[in-house]
Amino acid sequence: MAFCNNDLSMRASLFITCYNDTLYPETGRAVVRLLERLGVEVEFRPAQTCCGQMHANTGFRAEAYSQAKRFVRLYRDAETVVIPSSSCVAMIRDQYPGLFEELGNEELRRDFAALLPRVHELSEFLIDTVAVEDVGAYFPHRVTYHASCHGLRALHLGDRPFRLLAKVRGLEQVPLANLDRCCGFGGTFSVKNAEVSSAMLSTKLMDVLSTRAEYCTALDNSCLMHIGGALHRQFAAMRTVHLAEILASTEATPLEASL
Amino acid sequence: MSNPVLEGQSAGASHPILDPVKAPPFPEAAFTILRNTQLRKNVAHATDVIQGKRNKLVEEKADWQELRAAGSALRNHVLENLGHYLEQFEERCTAAGGVVHWARDADEARAIILEILRQEQATEVIKIKTMTSAEIQLNPAIEAAGIKAFETDLAEIILQLGEDEPSHIVVPALHVNRTQVREIFARRMNRPELTDDPTELTGAARSFLREKFLRVPTAISGANFLIAETGSVVIVESEGNGRMCLTLPRTMITLAGIEKVIPRFQDLEIMLQVLARSATGERMNPYSSLWTGVTPGDGPQRFHVVLLDNGRSEILGKERERQTLKCIRCGACMNTCPVYRQTGGHAYGSVYAGPIGAILTPQLMRLEHAQTLPYASSLCGACYDVCPVKINIPEILIDLRAKVTDKEREEERRFFDPMYLGMIVANFLFASPRRFRLAQRMGRFGLRLFTRKDGWIHSLPSIGARWTMTRDLRGLPRETFREWWAGRAAPGGKRGR
Repeated sequence: MAFCNNDLSMRASLFITCYNDTLYPETGRAVVRLLERLGVEVEFRPAQTCCGQMHANTGFRAEAYSQAKRFVRLYRDAETVVIPSSSCVAMIRDQYPGLFEELGNEELRRDFAALLPRVHELSEFLIDTVAVEDVGAYFPHRVTYHASCHGLRALHLGDRPFRLLAKVRGLEQVPLANLDRCCGFGGTFSVKNAEVSSAMLSTKLMDVLSTRAEYCTALDNSCLMHIGGALHRQFAAMRTVHLAEILASTEATPLEASL
Repeated sequence: MSNPVLEGQSAGASHPILDPVKAPPFPEAAFTILRNTQLRKNVAHATDVIQGKRNKLVEEKADWQELRAAGSALRNHVLENLGHYLEQFEERCTAAGGVVHWARDADEARAIILEILRQEQATEVIKIKTMTSAEIQLNPAIEAAGIKAFETDLAEIILQLGEDEPSHIVVPALHVNRTQVREIFARRMNRPELTDDPTELTGAARSFLREKFLRVPTAISGANFLIAETGSVVIVESEGNGRMCLTLPRTMITLAGIEKVIPRFQDLEIMLQVLARSATGERMNPYSSLWTGVTPGDGPQRFHVVLLDNGRSEILGKERERQTLKCIRCGACMNTCPVYRQTGGHAYGSVYAGPIGAILTPQLMRLEHAQTLPYASSLCGACYDVCPVKINIPEILIDLRAKVTDKEREEERRFFDPMYLGMIVANFLFASPRRFRLAQRMGRFGLRLFTRKDGWIHSLPSIGARWTMTRDLRGLPRETFREWWAGRAAPGGKRGR
């Protein structure tokens, strides 16, 4: 069976990201369970903290750079780094080069250039590196996929998440209208421009709710925190769940009961 | 309610402020506008229609990405050789009988234009839609000199008669619907019998304008492109009002930003294709007018070009931000922008709204004003995807945010700003895994106070209230991921879970 390959002899270092670590540990646990089931050896380096995206996108360039340095030094010897958050991967791919160019030294630039091709978003890692679509998951629910802006436009994930979801047994996919439109999170944008952010969210919710799905999933818990926060506020009959948690679910180990 | 446009604009101020120096911060302006449901409906509908047409026409073009790349390369080339092409334009335009003026800033440009109008002894002028004229606030200056300015673009007539301001660079009255247009026309043209039938409304505008075209001998235009090779000016439009202004008057004054130049006549092949498809979702715009200097017996016999800098040279000198000047003012970024689609243009406090406005206006203001505009974006990247000349708007937004932050670092009161303070503290915590772990534990403990029985946080104080005003937040879980991992890895630890 494709999903039970124990001879991959692949080692992945999990960069969990600061907010998943703190707010959504179940996503991290799901990534570990999923990758180990696929025969990937997972390691976790406790010295990790944050990729620096929040600082970079808010204008704190020097602070973002110190996070970037930390990331490269921590992972320069890693075989593969897997990150269950497309916006953090986009930060590394799109913003690190500029930061190292401007503030870094020759050694850091070299280390970063060598590391970059080994940094993967989770769905990229599954489809492109492990080369698997059917991960042996079972999730008998109606699910709609929200494409995060960074996954869609920065990483060009394309149909990868849909291919993974299509192979999940029992899962019914419902397409989300206006898939390319931002949910309004935008990091500190959601508090700096809370009113506009909320207006964008209310537009997004119209599309999300009209799918009548039980779950809204994505590859970024940040968007899901935003969408899910509004769903919870409204006592809506829908929950959010990270794609990794769907892929980790099997009949024997269903989705972790969470709040 | 006698006037939905005026009263619906914003509570308190009936006339939106499009002066970045005086405009309120973006979040404040947006807060007011978001209550205007009529405006939001109009903006959402109009942007949907234009974007839908644009997408269809871009999809049918198999070589769209190549065209974009060509458009981008061409504009980059111009900016790298701007001095050369401007001088060439000046030389060729002058040789063809035009008079070229150079304006360092808005004051100089207004003074030059007013001086020409004085020499012409003009009491009235007709205008082709030009956003550059709004940038330098030309109309109020003209009116102050006792000269009447008549806009001739349908949307601009609606705004002028409705005492409103443009909210979009291509479709300036996109926030007004036809019922509101009828109301404005009925009142200001004294035509109570008008219905909201579009044909009838354009008919009313046509008869309103026709006598002005025939009467007023002086016209002011902007420019879509200046062609260095031939010294020509190019205007593209949809209504024919531009063509009228270019043929009937005796004197034509063209105001153009210095970045508008392109090298050769042939370059229009690329530029007109990407512009029409991106701007209005048309394969070709209905009217493309080109004129070169003065031709005896044909068209205006006196022709002036005012080349406006107004902060552009400074942008040109900055390596990353330079690409801002590649813009050909198609407005595609505005139509696709999820922020603009909620607020429309007035919230940006500048004639340049949407993503391009959020990067252009603060730069034209040398970041002394409009400092909140770079933050008026969720950085979703939709603008970069549609830009026909590949301006990486998110990259520039982030860059400008860094510049605004660097200015904040100098300010005494910065530590009273919870956002600033939060960023500094977060950086201190992220710098050490031990400190980060400690903060996670303290956060878990502290937030317990706010967590309700269902495990969710419904209300937070201070900056957190900006989140919980519309969104709940799940309370912090009992165990962070790293704690779980540590327990799992420990001998005899809880495997699996």
